[in-house]
Amino acid sequence: MDVTKSSLQQNKLRLNPGLVAILVAIVVSLIITSQPTLLAWANDYPKSWVLPVSNYLSDFVKWLVNDASLGLFTFKEFTRGIGSILNAPTLFLKSLLVTGFKIEGETQTLLQIPPLSWLGVTAAIGLMTASLGDRRLTIFVVLVFLYVAFIGLWDSTMLTLASIIVAVLIGIGSGVLLGIASFKWTIVDRVLTPTFDFMQTMPVFAYLVPALMLFGYGPAAAMVVTLIYATPPMARITKISLGQLDSETVEYGRMAGCSKHQLTWEVLIPSIRPRLMVGVNQVIMLTLNMVIIASLIGAGGLGFDVWQALKALRIGQGAEAGIAITLVAIVLDRLSQQFAARRPVHQDIQPSAAQRYRLPMLMIAVAIGATIIGQWLPAISQVPDSWTFSTGKFWDNIIDWININGYEYIDGFRRFFFVYLLKPTKGFMLSLPWLGVVMVMAAIGYHLGGIRLAVLAGVLVGFIATVGLWEKAMISVYLVGVCVFIASLVGIPIGVIAAGNQRVHNIVQVIIDTLQTLPSFVYLIPVIMLFSVGEFTAMVAIVMYAIVPAIRYTDHGIRQVSTEVIEAARAMGCTRMQILRRVQLPLALPEIMLGINQTLMMGLSMLVITALVGTRDLGQETLIALSKVDPGRGVTAGICVAIIAITADRLINAWVQQRKMKLGLDGK
Amino acid sequence: MLKLIQKLTAGIVLSGLIFASSGLTANAAVPESKEPIKVVMMGYSGDNIIMFIYGELIKKLGYNVEYTPADYIGQFTGVGAGDLHIASPGWDTTAKAVLAEAFASGNVLNMGDIGIAVNEDWWYPLYVKEVCPGLPDWKALLEPGCVKALSVVETEPKARFLSGPIEWGGTDPERIAAMGLDFEVINAGSDGALAADLVAAIKRKQPIVAWSWEPYWIPALYPGEFVTWPEFDDACYDDPSWGMNSKMTHDCGRPNGFMWKAAWSGGEKVWPKAYDVWRKFKLDAKTAGELVYKSDVDGVDTKVVAEQWIAENESTWKPWLE
Repeated sequence: MDVTKSSLQQNKLRLNPGLVAILVAIVVSLIITSQPTLLAWANDYPKSWVLPVSNYLSDFVKWLVNDASLGLFTFKEFTRGIGSILNAPTLFLKSLLVTGFKIEGETQTLLQIPPLSWLGVTAAIGLMTASLGDRRLTIFVVLVFLYVAFIGLWDSTMLTLASIIVAVLIGIGSGVLLGIASFKWTIVDRVLTPTFDFMQTMPVFAYLVPALMLFGYGPAAAMVVTLIYATPPMARITKISLGQLDSETVEYGRMAGCSKHQLTWEVLIPSIRPRLMVGVNQVIMLTLNMVIIASLIGAGGLGFDVWQALKALRIGQGAEAGIAITLVAIVLDRLSQQFAARRPVHQDIQPSAAQRYRLPMLMIAVAIGATIIGQWLPAISQVPDSWTFSTGKFWDNIIDWININGYEYIDGFRRFFFVYLLKPTKGFMLSLPWLGVVMVMAAIGYHLGGIRLAVLAGVLVGFIATVGLWEKAMISVYLVGVCVFIASLVGIPIGVIAAGNQRVHNIVQVIIDTLQTLPSFVYLIPVIMLFSVGEFTAMVAIVMYAIVPAIRYTDHGIRQVSTEVIEAARAMGCTRMQILRRVQLPLALPEIMLGINQTLMMGLSMLVITALVGTRDLGQETLIALSKVDPGRGVTAGICVAIIAITADRLINAWVQQRKMKLGLDGK
Repeated sequence: MLKLIQKLTAGIVLSGLIFASSGLTANAAVPESKEPIKVVMMGYSGDNIIMFIYGELIKKLGYNVEYTPADYIGQFTGVGAGDLHIASPGWDTTAKAVLAEAFASGNVLNMGDIGIAVNEDWWYPLYVKEVCPGLPDWKALLEPGCVKALSVVETEPKARFLSGPIEWGGTDPERIAAMGLDFEVINAGSDGALAADLVAAIKRKQPIVAWSWEPYWIPALYPGEFVTWPEFDDACYDDPSWGMNSKMTHDCGRPNGFMWKAAWSGGEKVWPKAYDVWRKFKLDAKTAGELVYKSDVDGVDTKVVAEQWIAENESTWKPWLE
């Protein structure tokens, strides 16, 4: 507390140069705005100054696809080769689970092996889960498999599983390797950290066209795109966990005489295994986030079901497939967590091969047995149509009912937001002079992190203007900004309540987990039906998705405030409200700000989705590029989205550091 | 243990052999290759039915068919690269430029039109006539009462015209300017968004004028009409002096067009007969409309609709296979 006071006093005595810089930048901006004709170039970025970056990028991609050569083979042959390697395991699983195997002769099919029976697969997975010893999980997993079978989505689910499992495994593997590399070599880390920033924040549609060109239309391109998006968190977590490891562990490994290789794989990685599971969870969730987009480029499966149902406005059907995606995500996550939680058991006698492989053999036997029986009992090989059911009509009717009976209120609500919030904010953002914004951002960077951050913020924001996407970028910032504001306004109080009440906490957890894994398309279409096409609808969809971290981090942050501090406050006679306002919230503020940072990131990642509603922002730019097959245009817009994300991230993080130091918290 | 594995392997192979398909012993030359032909499924009922009819027909010849999901515009990149083989039909009204570019590249073959004339333009549900009397004639949209009824908070005081995605290349802003309409274009970002907004408005009987097309399930399902404009003429889009507004282009209706069949050029050598069938493939608009209705209104699965059509129309498709 002393630290805070003294620094405040210093602020009063000496003018803070950072604040002065911000003030000057604002004044200059006002001068620019007041001279719309004289300083026109500083208000609106002149068209003739625009650098044709997107053309360069297009040319580069075309060169890569058509002419680039690696000596013995062309670059395209190389990527196509990788593509077919990536495809192979997926194809095998797909044949095993969905289509069956066919061996073709010259003109005739020689051998045809049917796919595994649904009952067999369910039983085998049930057995596997049961062996982990968690009965509730076993029941849940079996129920999920029965749900997809009886809702008529078995084949799609298996198709999705086939591609997801391979992508997740590759994502985890390469994530861990990259994480170790950047832990060991600083130079690798220097390159990878900003690369990961771009990989995570660039909207997928931006690099879809180059991926399609290089890897071909189909599951391979879908997997590459998924990996780009889903691998970075795994690598980051690996690196951070290794960094936080006790030096004692390493010492112990050295003393035990481990080789370098052994030290990494038999000491370091096993000891961070519990932490790595957070990364595994992220890879699974992000991979499933990509299911719908992957389906648009030929991956098929549940994503395609959602897409097709929603195109025909069969909301219920779309929701059923969407829920199946969520359930698959939860099953994969829980199963992997359970596997990881199993501690290696020390046994004096090595188990015999028969003992060790009893479970896998049993699983194979059950799956194949059911498949063979299924040839005589078709109901076992494939779920008969008469057994399946659909809740589709029910959901459709609910939406219709709200649409017809509640529209008056909905429309009033929409009108209010549009007139008093969206329209004025948008007008304000679009009226800002580009040069002024660049200067203010640089000044804020200077205030929070010194000259380096100032240059970074200035250059990055300036880049957006030089590629001629200023207006679309401002619309993006306005849309996401408003959404972050609303998400914080709603999410932080919910987080505060959830932190104080375990029952609320449990309910909120289920809701936010669902919001995060349910494909946004599922609720996008009903939201359009109720709020019609426009920015308000986009806002509702973004807030629904981006509110999750605002709630989660607030909840977590407040729970983390040490009980001793609270006890002390209580002993001093603080009321509950006072404890919350004067102790818990200030101490949790850095954590809450990180939550808002995440909200911002997720809001930005929704831009592509909301462009499907019809917003005129950077997301739309990537969509247009996609349909015009213009790789450079998409990538340029994608870079701008990434720039907004990275600039915001750096500034918020700098602020959090400052704040943590002032509060005397761990400033790591 | 090993024995068990051996037994199991034997079991798998055996069970496979038992259920080995008999295969279709068609004429010796066809199919020329067992390589699967990838037929694009776009997810629209009408297009799905067409592709299913084609796919099921060439299956009769012994070809292996793989129905592959893909996006409408994006598919042409895949077809050009040979990752996909038979494209879902491209419409003159929305994919003209993309098609022209694909055909010009030499990697995509123009296999002729399907025989279905397509129409895309401003469409309204019938009850809009109550607030805009005089429709379908476009002049009804000039009336202040009509404009007021069609306006929403985002476009006030102008009326809203709900259009498709910008990349579909609708020329509505030009037309609105040329014809002096007091309308503002709101673009839906995707076909799904457009349908959701339009159908929700229809269900609550809110006046609306929106982009739609035929054959498509919305005009099939809900009673409505297309707005009629001064008839399209090539000169209308190029020559400002043409038409009612002597200073601007686009003062007319939209050009109509056809649905085009496209295929990967490299496949001609691999499956010549299958390509021949695709060239001969024809459907008329009336049949297509009925098939779409069966799927979207009666709720029959698109593949079943296709199979039924094949069963009932042997005389139509028999010549294609010969």
